[in-house]
Amino acid sequence: MESILSLGLALLAAPLFPGIILKVKALFVGKKGPPLFIKYYTFVKLLKKGSAYSTSTTFVFAAGPIISCAGAIMVLFFFPIGAIAPVFSFHGDVIVLFYILGLGRFFTIAAALDTASPFQGMGAAREAFFGTLAEASIFAILILFYRMNGSLSFADYFTGLQPISLTSPAGSLLLLVIVSLFMVLLTENSRVPVDDPATHLELTMIHEVMVLDHSGPDLALIELGSFYKLFFYSAFITLMLCPLDPARGLLNLPLFYAVLALVYVAIGFIESVTARFKMRRTPKFILTSCTLVFFAAILTMGFNK
Amino acid sequence: MDNLLHIENGGIVKRSDIPLVSFDSFATILSEFVENDGYIVQFFALVEGDKNKLIAVVRNNQLFILSTEVGENFASLTATASEKFHMFEREIAEQYGIVPKDHPWLKMVRYHANYRGAPDAFGNNYSEDIPGNYSYFQVEGEAVHEVAVGPVHAGIIEPGHFRFQCSGEEVFSLEIQLGYQHRGVENLFTEVPLKRLPIIAESIAGDTSIGHNLCCCQALEALGGLSVDPGAQIVRSIALELERIANHIGDLGALSGDVAFNPPAAYFGRIRGEFLNLLQVLCGNRFGKSLVLPGGISQIMTAEQSTIIEEKLKELEPEIRHVCDLLFSAHTVQARFEQTGTVSNQMARDLGLVGYAGRASGIEYDARVTFPTESYRQLPANRNEMTNGDVNSRATVRKEEISHSIHLIRLLLNKAGETSSTTIMQDFTLEPDALIITINEGWRGEISHCLMTDAEGKIERYKVKDPSFHNWTGLAMSLRNEEISEFPLCNKSFNLSYCGFDL
Repeated sequence: MESILSLGLALLAAPLFPGIILKVKALFVGKKGPPLFIKYYTFVKLLKKGSAYSTSTTFVFAAGPIISCAGAIMVLFFFPIGAIAPVFSFHGDVIVLFYILGLGRFFTIAAALDTASPFQGMGAAREAFFGTLAEASIFAILILFYRMNGSLSFADYFTGLQPISLTSPAGSLLLLVIVSLFMVLLTENSRVPVDDPATHLELTMIHEVMVLDHSGPDLALIELGSFYKLFFYSAFITLMLCPLDPARGLLNLPLFYAVLALVYVAIGFIESVTARFKMRRTPKFILTSCTLVFFAAILTMGFNK
Repeated sequence: MDNLLHIENGGIVKRSDIPLVSFDSFATILSEFVENDGYIVQFFALVEGDKNKLIAVVRNNQLFILSTEVGENFASLTATASEKFHMFEREIAEQYGIVPKDHPWLKMVRYHANYRGAPDAFGNNYSEDIPGNYSYFQVEGEAVHEVAVGPVHAGIIEPGHFRFQCSGEEVFSLEIQLGYQHRGVENLFTEVPLKRLPIIAESIAGDTSIGHNLCCCQALEALGGLSVDPGAQIVRSIALELERIANHIGDLGALSGDVAFNPPAAYFGRIRGEFLNLLQVLCGNRFGKSLVLPGGISQIMTAEQSTIIEEKLKELEPEIRHVCDLLFSAHTVQARFEQTGTVSNQMARDLGLVGYAGRASGIEYDARVTFPTESYRQLPANRNEMTNGDVNSRATVRKEEISHSIHLIRLLLNKAGETSSTTIMQDFTLEPDALIITINEGWRGEISHCLMTDAEGKIERYKVKDPSFHNWTGLAMSLRNEEISEFPLCNKSFNLSYCGFDL
């Protein structure tokens, strides 16, 4: 019951947090910024609209948004939000889930290619390339966690007998992992300095350019999917940052959401103080995150004797 | 060289005095001239009775004029002498159907039928919509793909078509096709009553209304025998500098926005507005429209306005300095600006780039220094330290020009004790059978208008050249072997005019 409540709350609250990023960015440039609930308003607005389809597209184009959104929601079903046991869990679910996110990306790319627009092909190539690089970091993290915790499921990572947290014996290593995962978060969710979600310049876009042809409810689904994906990565970082006692159940949630909000503030901060990298330099940035985790994995050899 | 006639910026030349030479010596003289660090200011065709004439105005640190007579075609100088002739020759072919033979890339510039009903040089049928019959430069190969951008863009900007030939992310070639905003400005100038000319000149390019109108009014003043008192010249110079600052600041903000570095984008956006408001203080219009009139200015600058401007400058100058520090000291911004979109000094000289784009590539030419008009004779020149030809240099040159311009305005305000009276649009007649060239350093670079009158003193030919006419090619070259994702940044660092080019 707690699990379902917590999941439901997460699904409802996820669109709130990107509003925090916008607010932080607006404060940095001396503006008031949009209301915190802007993403809900946009979502409702998009749902009321119709979708326009190009005559050259096929069912793949329509399937892209649905599958990518469903994939992002599915991950939350397996994730211990606020260290509350997830709705589902099985040994090895992390690997399946990252590939479900990958499946969503695959269909987003396929939908982009389906439009046969030169911009979208370009964006798809970039997304596939950077996504592949980020995967290396993610799996390095999973290897490290397996060494630390002996498990391959989200539930065991954070609600199991040996929860992964900064206070655990090898906890200091998590600092490296948190930085690394934050870099992956920026990459996977098309944030500055890897991508610029606010740009209108097709030639520089990565993720945005792939969804240019989507409109109305399709676009709403894509946005919703991206909120959940960002929520998932941020929640992942939050659980590493603040050790929560699974036994306290729903009482964990206020602290969890407070720290989660800080993660979003950090994203807004980074976006305000850095410019985007040159496209050519981006792979170095992503691979740095992989190197960090790899280094942490080497260090665990000292702890696990 | 001996045949070239030396002329003054804004000085009247009798049409009968323009040296007329055979095409062969025309080609030899001009080829030699442009090879020795000479540049083209104007190169256009003119039909006199049944004769086709070509007139060239060239500059090194002085202005010269030369003309020749040709038949239905002539041997292209682009093919034999220099790339500097490229666009001018295409324009001649389009405007008068006089074909430059062996031109390496003879295609239309703005898509319109020629003025004398000659057979079309490009085989276009103008009853069809643009783009008509023209081919793009093609690159063949397995990994080569073509990206077409525009003419309708994602942002609210003017129309232009950009055709990239890429291999992966790398651009081999960019071809820019404009002409979507062709309004027939040059012909309009010859058709309307004199008093409407300043209004048309102000609308050639909306962000350069002072610059173009100055060129127009200076030409009319010289031909109409009107004099401008020093007080009015000071106000005109202040207005030109305010226009320069406002545009440079707006562009620095946009550059910052293009690399997703938001704070300077927002601050500069506001500061740009402050400078436009100063123009409004000066003349009642934020873009300086209706300020400059033949014979003077429409509004005098009172002590009150002068104080407002001075105090605003005092307030804004440190703000600009701080935001520039923020922008130019951010490492991530430097990483984007440096070594992006480089136009080498040699390339810039070959193309004949002008304005800040030229200065960023180490061409020092500034029309305010070389051909001073208005109050510029008494004002100090600027120096640019950063001349690597990349986006960073173009941004730095603009930063330096902003502080230079603020300094100039201060100097001008101190002189402004000299009285000035308002001018209203008056009737005047133009000197017959004359030609005049006016050059001003608009914020983008060298603007030049050329006006020719017939035996009755009516305008027979009006030729406009916006600096963008030279610099669009520079943008195309800056993208060579650059990543396609850097295009918006390079484009903004040049920020060229579409309608100034399309006329």
